[in-house]
Amino acid sequence: MTKIITGEEISKSIESTLANAVVASDETAMWVSPETIHDVCKTLKNPDGLDYSFLTAISAVDYIEYFEVVYHLTSLRNNCSCIIKVKTSGRENPKVQSVSDIWQAADLQEREIWDLMGIKFEGHPNLKRILLWEGFDGHPLRKDFIG
Amino acid sequence: MATIRTEPVTINLGPQHPSTHGVFRLRVTFDGEEIVDLEPVFGYLHRGTEKLAESRNYVQIVTLTDRMDYVASMSNNLAYVRTVEKLSDIKVPERAQYIRVISVELQRIASHLMATGFLLNDLGALATPLVYCFRERERILDLFEMLCGARITLSYMRPGGVFQDAPEEFWGSLNTLISDLPSYLDELESLITTNEIVLARTIGVGLLSDTQAIDSGVTGPILRASSVKWDLRKANPYEIYDRVNFDVPIGSSGDTYDRYYVRLQEMRESIKIISQCIQQIEPGPVRTKTPFFIRPPTGEAYSSVEGPKGELGFYMVSDGGISPYRFKVRAPSFINLTPLRDMITGWKMGDLIIILGSIDIVLGEVDR
Repeated sequence: MTKIITGEEISKSIESTLANAVVASDETAMWVSPETIHDVCKTLKNPDGLDYSFLTAISAVDYIEYFEVVYHLTSLRNNCSCIIKVKTSGRENPKVQSVSDIWQAADLQEREIWDLMGIKFEGHPNLKRILLWEGFDGHPLRKDFIG
Repeated sequence: MATIRTEPVTINLGPQHPSTHGVFRLRVTFDGEEIVDLEPVFGYLHRGTEKLAESRNYVQIVTLTDRMDYVASMSNNLAYVRTVEKLSDIKVPERAQYIRVISVELQRIASHLMATGFLLNDLGALATPLVYCFRERERILDLFEMLCGARITLSYMRPGGVFQDAPEEFWGSLNTLISDLPSYLDELESLITTNEIVLARTIGVGLLSDTQAIDSGVTGPILRASSVKWDLRKANPYEIYDRVNFDVPIGSSGDTYDRYYVRLQEMRESIKIISQCIQQIEPGPVRTKTPFFIRPPTGEAYSSVEGPKGELGFYMVSDGGISPYRFKVRAPSFINLTPLRDMITGWKMGDLIIILGSIDIVLGEVDR
């Protein structure tokens, strides 16, 4: 069985190397700030450390007051998984650091989130619309989108 | 000596092209015959499934999942209903779990037959080998018709079990099919596995190393062809997969041939799983009673299954209402296209077609 690592456990191992990166944690997930997600993911992927070599999925949820980006990570060697979340502020121009240089898997998924949810991934080399066409007005998965 | 001036040429492949397996477009830049750059263009079949699901109730969404990977609807159904069950803590009767596993393994065989047939089509063996593959796939579709009346868009599963028990004649036909399939796969293998043309065209073509396969998030037969032994049925057993014995076939080099061969061996393992299920299944109920409108408690769940194309996962957020607040699909076909550019650059036009064919994409799932 894939072991599910709680947010508290993962935040303990993160805080020893990156102080102040963790915003909150509970048994389901660990929240980090949009400015530190890149460093946190780099630490998580480190093959000599926690070895989360596999980025399963990136999702984004519109909670009206804020957006949440959810990272599902899996370690194939240790057969365990964890969830990292990032809350963005504001609806106008939400921004999160890109992790596409850490996992190539993030490349298309971050473009999809930018396209449908309108969250900018800073540092992504090719952040263009992917499922809709350039020039499309709005981001359809937002709750205030009128089609 | 005078030099001839050359310049790279960019051409469009698709969206209407028989080898793109649907409406998929590639902008390919050639330097002479060699591919130097490639950009996939998506979205021609985008129907906004994730947004549509936000305005339907949990049982209605089953029909939306059919239309994503339309050659493997059963697996989509299973991945989706498992997430709803996890979200609202619904238990599934044992008989239903066996029927589910039998039907998704049949679907895996059907999907891999399609993949193999179309790979040969892409290799230039037009139509004839494809018909060999479709012949047995047709018998699997007949079985699905007995189960639920549909052949492609099945909607057979429900949160809490399956729509109805398998009819009496299903088991007879299933037994005949299971006893016929091994010799049929031998026949198919004798045409392909040692065929000189297939070997010349596929061995060493479109290499994907194990580290890049993991890094780029590919799953399913492509990951396993790159010699990574990762199968969710073993790594995180769901339904009754912990009660059956089967092996996880892996490739050695991660080339096009390995991807074909891993699929072929997986079909044999699926036959093993199905015959063990037939022996173990006991009579009993096939569906837990659930309310007509399921209202899961506020919260979120991610659940995934090993589909024919890879890890098919659903991430759902509930606000306690009758429809999901957010419905997200981790589509394996879409994410498996991540390393496409690195796999194809440096090869020629003919190789592009078979490398894309060996990835086995379904555009309904790529674009959703």
